[in-house]
Amino acid sequence: MSALELEHVSKSFDSAEGRVQVLRDLSLRLEAGQSLALTGESGSGKSTLLHIAAGLEQADQGRVLVAGQEIGALGEAGRAALRRGHVGLVFQQFNLIPSLNVAANLAFQARLSGREDRAHIRDLAAALGLEGLLQRYPEQLSGGQQQRVAIGRCLAARPALVLADEPTGNLDEATGERVLDLMLGLTRAEGVALLLVTHSPRLAARCDGRAHLRAGVLASALDGAP
Amino acid sequence: MIRTTLAALLSHWLRSPLQLVMLLTGLALATALWSGVQALNAEARAAYATAEGLLADGGTAHLEHPSGQIAPAQFVALRRAGWPVSPVLEGRAQIGAARVTLLGIDPFSAPAAAGPALAASDLGGFFGGLGYAHPQTLQDIGAADMSLRPAQAVPVGVVLADIATVQALLQADGQITRLALSGPLPPTAPPLVALAPNLRLVAPGEGADLAGLTDSFHLNLTAFGLLAFAVGLFIVHSAVGLAFEQRRAMFRTLRALGLPLRHLTACLAAEMAVFALFAGALGLGLGYALAAALLPDVALTLRGLYGAPVPGALQFDPLWALAGMGMTLAGTALAGGQALWRLWHMPALAPAQPRAWALASQAALRGQGLAGLGFAAGAVGLWAMGSGLVAGFGLLACVLLAAALAVPMLLSLALRMSERLARGPVAQWFWADSRQSLPRLSLAMMALMLALSANIGVGTMVASFRATFITWLDLRLVAEVNVLPRSQSEALALQEFLTPRAQAVLPMQRVDATLAGQPAQIYAMKDHATFRDNWPLIAPVPDVWNRLAAGDGVLVNEQLYRRAGLQPGASWLDVPGLGALPVLGAYPDYGNPLAQAVLGQEIFARAYPETPIRQFAIRTADAPALIDALQDEFGLPLGQITDQAQAKALSLAIFERTFLITGALNILTLAVAALALFAALSTLAGMRLVQLAPLWALGLTPRQLAGLELARALVLGALVMVLALPVGLALAQVLLAVINVQAFGWRLPLQAFPADWARLGLWAMLAVLAAAALPALRLWRQGPQALLRVFALER
Ligand SMILES: Nc1ncnc2c1ncn2[C@@H]1O[C@H](COP(=O)(O)OP(=O)(O)OP(=O)(O)O)[C@@H](O)[C@H]1O
Ligand SMILES: [Mg+2]
Repeated sequence: MSALELEHVSKSFDSAEGRVQVLRDLSLRLEAGQSLALTGESGSGKSTLLHIAAGLEQADQGRVLVAGQEIGALGEAGRAALRRGHVGLVFQQFNLIPSLNVAANLAFQARLSGREDRAHIRDLAAALGLEGLLQRYPEQLSGGQQQRVAIGRCLAARPALVLADEPTGNLDEATGERVLDLMLGLTRAEGVALLLVTHSPRLAARCDGRAHLRAGVLASALDGAP
Repeated sequence: MIRTTLAALLSHWLRSPLQLVMLLTGLALATALWSGVQALNAEARAAYATAEGLLADGGTAHLEHPSGQIAPAQFVALRRAGWPVSPVLEGRAQIGAARVTLLGIDPFSAPAAAGPALAASDLGGFFGGLGYAHPQTLQDIGAADMSLRPAQAVPVGVVLADIATVQALLQADGQITRLALSGPLPPTAPPLVALAPNLRLVAPGEGADLAGLTDSFHLNLTAFGLLAFAVGLFIVHSAVGLAFEQRRAMFRTLRALGLPLRHLTACLAAEMAVFALFAGALGLGLGYALAAALLPDVALTLRGLYGAPVPGALQFDPLWALAGMGMTLAGTALAGGQALWRLWHMPALAPAQPRAWALASQAALRGQGLAGLGFAAGAVGLWAMGSGLVAGFGLLACVLLAAALAVPMLLSLALRMSERLARGPVAQWFWADSRQSLPRLSLAMMALMLALSANIGVGTMVASFRATFITWLDLRLVAEVNVLPRSQSEALALQEFLTPRAQAVLPMQRVDATLAGQPAQIYAMKDHATFRDNWPLIAPVPDVWNRLAAGDGVLVNEQLYRRAGLQPGASWLDVPGLGALPVLGAYPDYGNPLAQAVLGQEIFARAYPETPIRQFAIRTADAPALIDALQDEFGLPLGQITDQAQAKALSLAIFERTFLITGALNILTLAVAALALFAALSTLAGMRLVQLAPLWALGLTPRQLAGLELARALVLGALVMVLALPVGLALAQVLLAVINVQAFGWRLPLQAFPADWARLGLWAMLAVLAAAALPALRLWRQGPQALLRVFALER
């Protein structure tokens, strides 16, 4: 059973200029413990793919399976439960709950899914360099600090599948490397599947596989993908 | 999961306590104004019920004579024949510091309706000359020569005593006002026509019914309570809506993290319910305090205007509290429902930042405009076809709603035009930005519109009424002195004494009757220049005064004229004892709830012989000397004599009181609207930074920006005030030409009071300035840091 499976997924949007086909008959498979870097030009549909994988957006055609469960067959409540239990999401921006401080934001998803592990969260905060910021509110953080809190929140819940949309986009190179180390380390140690969107070829090279999205199809994929 | 969610949702309020305060204040104020008015109404209605159990026309049938007096011999004859009659004497007298109604009954034969009042008293004391009165009446009376006991069951303003005691007090030996029927008529009793053909059997509830008479007054209060409630809900709606907008990012994150939509919606609904319960309890407390503060004035008004006995102290009724809480919950559901509905239909990936407002709001503007048009059409329909008080209030509501809904569209239009005319980039930005932030301010602007137009409407109506009323009062109260005789013998002696000493002595006689199916009074009018020269008449026939004096017709008051649809010169009115008489004209009779007709003195005396004289109106050149002479000769207490100034002051005081409550509610409504604006502006302030930061970066100082923010609020407020003026005048016209006619039976001309409007405009601007000052000040003070943060965060 794969952690994530997309089969012949298509997606288009209606816009002022007419229909925009973003994903075309796209297939992809990601196993537990594997990491895949997703690259592509701005506007190529990387975020859209991630949103479809998380069940936040519906594909027009094709099947999406997370931990063996087909998302399309689940209702809204079922998809929410699947995200809560299995998926960790890091968005490009606006990740945090503005009215909660960093500590509460970090623990939030773990609490929501009933898997709060304080020691684990403390370790993550230390690894991400957030110890001094726990009592601050998101508006008092820099963009990179906010992004690190979002990554911490995702990892604290121990999801089986991590979907991260340019998590290091706001970080300097050194910090970006450190954060990626952390994510990859967890992927391997705990058997987490990681789908990572990034613009940096250097970071992409450190993942197990690379896929390039162009004109709605994947140019190359992980071994074993159809 | 629920706990974590609730904690996250609630954390928003902890971070924005001002918003929470606004939400709770809006809800509490809405509840307070509504439930306060309800408490007043309930208290008054309970008082009417008590009164009707005991006073005239109450729960029992009675016999009466057109003159208002029954001969003792007739009482005896009826009694002997087996009629279960009990004598009652009712009269007005000064006791201590208060004028009260003295109610004399015979405790042995009195109907059971008097029971509750009597149970509290001991019969021995009753016969010994004790009087019983409501504690409130006792307080009004203060020190008196009469010994009085408190009795809760006696209506306010009434002193209940043995009939012999009352006869002595009124110097009315052997007099009887009416005969109450204290039990069922035995089958053997001979019919009334055989025993006393001049007496009339009055069925219970046939007479003037207080609840019916005062209905319009209470409807008025209810309408105002509802208006204030609606304005309060505007605050709630905007506070809930803004809290929703500000938590969009949170909702999105929560759902991305796997919180089911159903849970989220339920948690938000629960949050709102908790707020509603809390604010509702607060509002009920406030409403109770408000009602307690206003009740004495309402009671005075009701007593003065309708003679309705209402105590000045408030009782607590748990049912009232429950109903008030229900209203709060329903109102919250109404105000917050839209937010919940939007959440329910929002895709999981809805933009975290409020989406292009200008776009989204175009459709909303059009929808609002259409709804406004619908209400305007409803108003036109009701104006053309509606009748009755409820239709009148419906018309009022339609005008208000149509105007409120049109506000955003009209403002948008005005701003667009200004944008076209603007020169220079900052001016252009100012107008464009004002138009863009309009959707977020439109609710507050609508609330302001409601409050201002209601203020102008009611203010103009009251001022028009007041101007008409004062002119009318001057014409009506021309007699320099009025004297109330205490008995019929005194009346005759007074007439003899006064005739040579005064320019004219105009006796006042009246009988109670039913005219055109309405409870009414018929007055006798002596043919005198006092009336001919001064009484304003509506649509009189030619030669009206001569025809009246000759007994060739009746004058009716405006109330009867409008309600019965009488046409002077064409209609006939059935007058008891005289048959149909032509209607000669109508006269304004402001402040009188009853129908009234006036007959010439001769024809009146023929129809109703032996009617006692209740009052003399005296024309004299030297009022003080005449008053002194009256006191010396007859020992009349001052309470029995009133001079013109006193009479005018009394009438004016009643008038002012009638609209005191309306005025108080008016001011409260405006205050609530100002609060709504403050709520909107201060919650908006945070979002405004994003729009203002680029201008700051381009070289405007925070001080200039704060000034522009203030100017924007003032411009919008001024525009709303300009729009509110015609709407207010339309409301005044509806009040004067529809509501007043339906509720009180008189129609008044609309008059303009530009000074009042200018003052209201000034107040409105001050309110807007106060509402906008704090956010602007904060922007100025925190300026650079706050603005910089926008760039630092790139959001
Ligand atoms: N809700 C939407 N409605 C219409 N078009 C959309 C919507 N969401 C995305 N698009 C379009 O779909 C395309 C893919 O968008 P997406 O956000 O997936 O790009 P991306 O690869 O993540 O780009 P970036 O690297 O800039 O984040 C873009 O052309 C975008 O304009
Ligand atoms: Mg993207």
